[in-house]
Amino acid sequence: MSEVVKKFLYLNRKAPYGTIYAWESLEVVLIGAAFDQEVRLMFIDDGVYQLVKGQDTSEIGMKNFSPTYRTLGDYEVKRIYVDKDSLAVRGLTKEDLVEIPWEDWETEEEIENIVEVVDAARIAELMDESDVIFSF
Amino acid sequence: MSILHTVNKSPFERNSLESCLKFASQGAAVLMIEDGVYAAMTGTGVESQVKAALGRLSIYVLGPDLKARGISEDRLIEGIQVVDYAGFVDLAAQNDKVQAWL
Repeated sequence: MSEVVKKFLYLNRKAPYGTIYAWESLEVVLIGAAFDQEVRLMFIDDGVYQLVKGQDTSEIGMKNFSPTYRTLGDYEVKRIYVDKDSLAVRGLTKEDLVEIPWEDWETEEEIENIVEVVDAARIAELMDESDVIFSF
Repeated sequence: MSILHTVNKSPFERNSLESCLKFASQGAAVLMIEDGVYAAMTGTGVESQVKAALGRLSIYVLGPDLKARGISEDRLIEGIQVVDYAGFVDLAAQNDKVQAWL
């Protein structure tokens, strides 16, 4: 295992179910958790729909993968960023999104909800400071 | 010749809905399915476009696709009718043809 810790940014821009991007991204995040890097997830444009609460796919014959987002804290993901403007134009607020808790098993440090709504300037900054960006 | 128009793309990602509303003639039926259902919500950037179209078109949205995406029916634009799969079939049967805005 490499000693160097890189900042990984997963950039999600697609709605769930309509295309396979959201599900594929989640798969890669879960696999990537094994590599002990600093992992951040970002949701912009239609990607914000992935985090909407209350998804129920029982009538469309597809797997409902939305409960998986709530477990991301257990997969080394400590930061999740959501674009403020993308929410606004879609008539959504932070209250419409799932809450994702995080806990450090060793130090018992806990964060109730790692989902953070940020503005465009902050998103640009986060993209700049990442070592690797995975686009979905 | 009556037409059922279906829109399955998010209005924020493609111009499928915009083109559909532009070219659908008076009295036509428009059914939002898959990611197209996001256009049926209130408070969005396309709400005024959809509301304006409701005056001359019948607009429907597929319930199972709303449910899958976590959109509750009380957040829909007034005048949009929710249909199930059987309703989708009825719409297809009632109209002479189907135009899918992919």
